[in-house]
Amino acid sequence: MIKQNQIEQAAYQIMAKAAIDIPEDYRRGIENMAKWEEGELSCFVLQTMMDNWDAASEDRRPMCADTGLPRFYVKIGNEAKLESGFVGLEAALRSATARATQDIPLRPNRVHPLWRTDHNNNIGINAPEIDWSFEPEADWIDITTVHKGGLFGTDYRMLFPGDGIDGIKRFFLDTLIAFGKRGLACQPAIVGVGLGGSKDTTMVLGKQAACLRVVGNRNPDPKVAELELELKKLGNSIGMGAMGFVGTSMVADCHIEVGFTHTGGMPMSVHTFCLSSRRATVRISARGKTEYRGDPQWFTPYMRRESIEWPEKKYSSKQSG
Amino acid sequence: MARKKIQFETIRLKVPVKPEDLVGLKIGTVVYLDGVIYTAREGVYKKLLENGHPLPEGLTDLSNANFHCSPAASINADGSYNVGGVTATASFRFSHWMADWFKLSNAKLILGKGGMPVQDYLDLFVPVGAIYLTTVGYGTGALLGRGIKSVRQVYWLEELGNAQAMWVFEVENFGPFLVESDLDGNSLFEQHGKLINANLDKLYEGLKAPALSRFGETDDRKDELI
Repeated sequence: MIKQNQIEQAAYQIMAKAAIDIPEDYRRGIENMAKWEEGELSCFVLQTMMDNWDAASEDRRPMCADTGLPRFYVKIGNEAKLESGFVGLEAALRSATARATQDIPLRPNRVHPLWRTDHNNNIGINAPEIDWSFEPEADWIDITTVHKGGLFGTDYRMLFPGDGIDGIKRFFLDTLIAFGKRGLACQPAIVGVGLGGSKDTTMVLGKQAACLRVVGNRNPDPKVAELELELKKLGNSIGMGAMGFVGTSMVADCHIEVGFTHTGGMPMSVHTFCLSSRRATVRISARGKTEYRGDPQWFTPYMRRESIEWPEKKYSSKQSG
Repeated sequence: MARKKIQFETIRLKVPVKPEDLVGLKIGTVVYLDGVIYTAREGVYKKLLENGHPLPEGLTDLSNANFHCSPAASINADGSYNVGGVTATASFRFSHWMADWFKLSNAKLILGKGGMPVQDYLDLFVPVGAIYLTTVGYGTGALLGRGIKSVRQVYWLEELGNAQAMWVFEVENFGPFLVESDLDGNSLFEQHGKLINANLDKLYEGLKAPALSRFGETDDRKDELI
């Protein structure tokens, strides 16, 4: 039985880890980019960012004062038992957000869209968002928090099958260039691409691709994986780097997620995570043990719904028989 | 291949800056600040410039550096402040307030994210002898947080909230910033943007346009959207 206060404590911890400690995979990605960056100003920016991450970890202060819109991604094992149910879990996440905002401290970014009312705790109507997912044959819960800036670097477009890979490349470039000027998108960053589904699915997939997969991770479909690498290379050949200065550092990695879509369409979204890509994950076991990690491991085979039924073996045995 | 750390020309400026401090300052120079700076963004601009509320008394003598930002900060139970870091917010959104703001505040340093259009520098900054300093990478919240020595005052915290209130900070070795515009209105972003734009047509060569176009405000990729 997983207790509500264990969830609250663990969520509070990942709020701090996400805000303060840059994930290892991402840091290595940026270090690598800095090695090859020939634009002097762009390289200076990357080196300064690495100094900033050191300062954040040493001082235990947030690496970026723009908290973005802090939010949660929760994966619940099908066998997990929660003391206070799903409503209790959500209450724990809201409480942890408010406490972390005060203690770390985080900037209270969340305001009413019209009246600009600020509760000074990053809690409000429909905030923070929680994305729920499930995992077969597991008795743990995974909680990931993401602190992502949200004003620039994201766009959506309805493309059509005939637009093909050219259409995808053009829209990818359009988004990177439009928001990359002056570095409004805070590049380089992990860029997520959502393809397919309905419009809202496209947006969700692209966002999750940017925020919940680590640098170096590839889509299990080899052809999609190839396209990821191609788009990464394309983004880094614009001639633009950090802060929109001349350079090559735009895309720390590119992740694509797909969803079956309308036969006539090919909707696409592009999401640029931050140069301070802030995410942290905790797994709470059935006995209440907590394990912290940088890789959200969000896109499991079940998450991508790669088969008709689950577990997959049921379906495939019928097929082969 | 490990790269050597790049060293750019670096200077320290005492705030409030004197007009002569800014003479000869070149774009691309790295700047650290000492003295007093204050935050002001849409909440403060609306209150003072649109609703006519006066500036805090003595502010113009204390500082002429306006930072477009809000801190990651909270208020302790004893009323003291806990400031973790500061990170800039994009300045172009404040463009239409700047003419009146310069008149009211006599600011000479505008600090923020992403600079402003060159025309703003020429029309608004150059006539009053102001320059723009951009933060680096836009996420150096921890480095900037280290440079904040104390919170001197916070104005309109209840009314505007933490993010929009005016925070007055004592700072030391506060940076890094890059000189984005100089006293002549030259812009680092504009210079780099021009070089990058020269490559764009080649980049799109051979990629056919989508079947469905979009209504839009620009279809020229060399344009900026700000």
